[in-house]
Amino acid sequence: MAIALNQVTKRFGSFVAVDNVSLAVAGGSLTALLGPSGSGKSTLLRIIAGLEQPDAGEVAILGHDATRVPPQKRGVGFVFQHYAAFKHMTVFENVAFGLRVRKARQAHVRERVHELLELVQLSGFADRYPAQLSGGQRQRMALARALAPEPRVLLLDEPFGALDARVRKGLRAWLRRLHDEIPVTTVLVTHDQEEAMEVADRIALMNEGRIEQTGRPRDLYEHPASEFVMTFIGPVNRLDESYVRPHDLELHLEPNGTTREAMITRVLHLGFEVRVELVLDDGAAVSSQVTRDEAEALDLEDGQIVYVRPSRSTVFEGTRASADR
Amino acid sequence: MTGRQKPAPNSGRGGRYVLRVAGLGYLALLLLAPLSLVFWRTFEHGLGPAWGAVSNPAARHAILITLVITAIAVPANTVFGVVCAIVVVRHRFRGKGIVNALVDLPLALSPVVVGLAFLLLYGQSGWFGSWLTEHGIQVVFALPGMVLVTIFVSLPFVVREVVPVLREIGTEQEQAASTLGASSWQTFRRITLPAIRWAVTYGVVLTTARALGEFGAVSVISGRIVGKTETMTLHVQERYQAFDYVGAYASAVVLALLALTTLVVLNVVRREEPRGDRAEPGHEAVR
Repeated sequence: MAIALNQVTKRFGSFVAVDNVSLAVAGGSLTALLGPSGSGKSTLLRIIAGLEQPDAGEVAILGHDATRVPPQKRGVGFVFQHYAAFKHMTVFENVAFGLRVRKARQAHVRERVHELLELVQLSGFADRYPAQLSGGQRQRMALARALAPEPRVLLLDEPFGALDARVRKGLRAWLRRLHDEIPVTTVLVTHDQEEAMEVADRIALMNEGRIEQTGRPRDLYEHPASEFVMTFIGPVNRLDESYVRPHDLELHLEPNGTTREAMITRVLHLGFEVRVELVLDDGAAVSSQVTRDEAEALDLEDGQIVYVRPSRSTVFEGTRASADR
Repeated sequence: MTGRQKPAPNSGRGGRYVLRVAGLGYLALLLLAPLSLVFWRTFEHGLGPAWGAVSNPAARHAILITLVITAIAVPANTVFGVVCAIVVVRHRFRGKGIVNALVDLPLALSPVVVGLAFLLLYGQSGWFGSWLTEHGIQVVFALPGMVLVTIFVSLPFVVREVVPVLREIGTEQEQAASTLGASSWQTFRRITLPAIRWAVTYGVVLTTARALGEFGAVSVISGRIVGKTETMTLHVQERYQAFDYVGAYASAVVLALLALTTLVVLNVVRREEPRGDRAEPGHEAVR
């Protein structure tokens, strides 16, 4: 395992930020620490980097205990949400920093920095200052800087959090390609489930300082271990005691024994997908996701009465989940 | 950084003119007039008498003493100021509030009180007095005492300039440096120091001005021995009381020129500041 956390706990005063967390991150993987704000994901990442000391538990990097190793000696690359660019240095010097403090030869520094600037598509920007770059460019520079000393693990703390939606989407896809090119073990902290699903091989979903579930994005979506996982990953409807994904809520024009009556309040055409918002006979609001062809065949319109049936739903008893079809 | 600002909506052309005259007039009355009068009085009877007044042994010695005191006090307070600011901003400890308040003490205390306090502490009958006499160290009525009180009165400036800037830049850049393998010293040298260098420079200029111009504390602790423990400010007063007005004004001009030199050096250094680096901490981009 590239990173192994064993029963790590961190408190800030009386607040338990990380509560007895164990996690194993496989070498070469891209793992997302996903969770709402305040769930402890950033603190956990900072503990891996050595920027925070855990109150209990151990951190091992590449099989060696690193719990008491200072951040300088951990061989981690860290990328901050707000870039943490060295404002008084050029882009070149920013990227070169990790090599310079290691007293690398000048020729090597030049070669490596240019190679990295090429990789993050900032070749023409070597002599600029961070203040002259856009947010996305600054974050790519920060990534190149973190990669320069060839870290054993790369830690990204909400790296796209400060960027606007378009840039964010572009960088996300780019990061995934970059990781496939240079597969350094990466842990990415994000509160955006779509980002985690799109980029990561594995997701560890955190809530209130604990890990709720770890697995492939698909596992979390299809086999959620708890109500929290079910509701955090993807949209969901609640039908009495069970949870139903919008695409698992079938619409029928005629009732049969298993359907419930509902009235359409709004039909939203989102390209291939059509989202239908409904009110059930008991007043609960639900939504259904159908394809454009299905919507056309049913000839859906606002105010229409339809009959809904969950094709697949999940019931949680305590924390145990059971799905039935 | 917003560039040209729009005038307030209800202040017309006339209103702005009045404001400008009031501002400049205030400056002229309080700063320019007295200062130019001193210059005029100095050179009233030509360069000869003025030169004579500052090139005699007593005046030359006073200049030397002032420069020596400044040359010791300013570096001492610069180093202490930066260390103190880092401790106050970056560390958490008991009694931080007291440290913070103590730093401001020299601003609140009258320099005369400072001089008296040092006299009581290091004088013949003071706490350290007998021990110092036994070991043949002369603090009071000598250079060491004058340096000490000057350090005391000029202590807050570097700390007060650096603290807000350190707060503003935050810790992320320093943390980034440490994950990149930089030691604490490397982080300080390459990240923290460049980020606070303007604050340090301003602090140094203020400290220098204060050290050059100190009068009260030095007056008490020095004993004012002409040709021995007399600084420029003391020399000016001594000449004035001896009815040697040219001597007093000429020495005052030297003091003023020393202060002006500090300001000019500051401006020259500022001009050499590289492009793209001028963004204030915390206000990235847009220029």
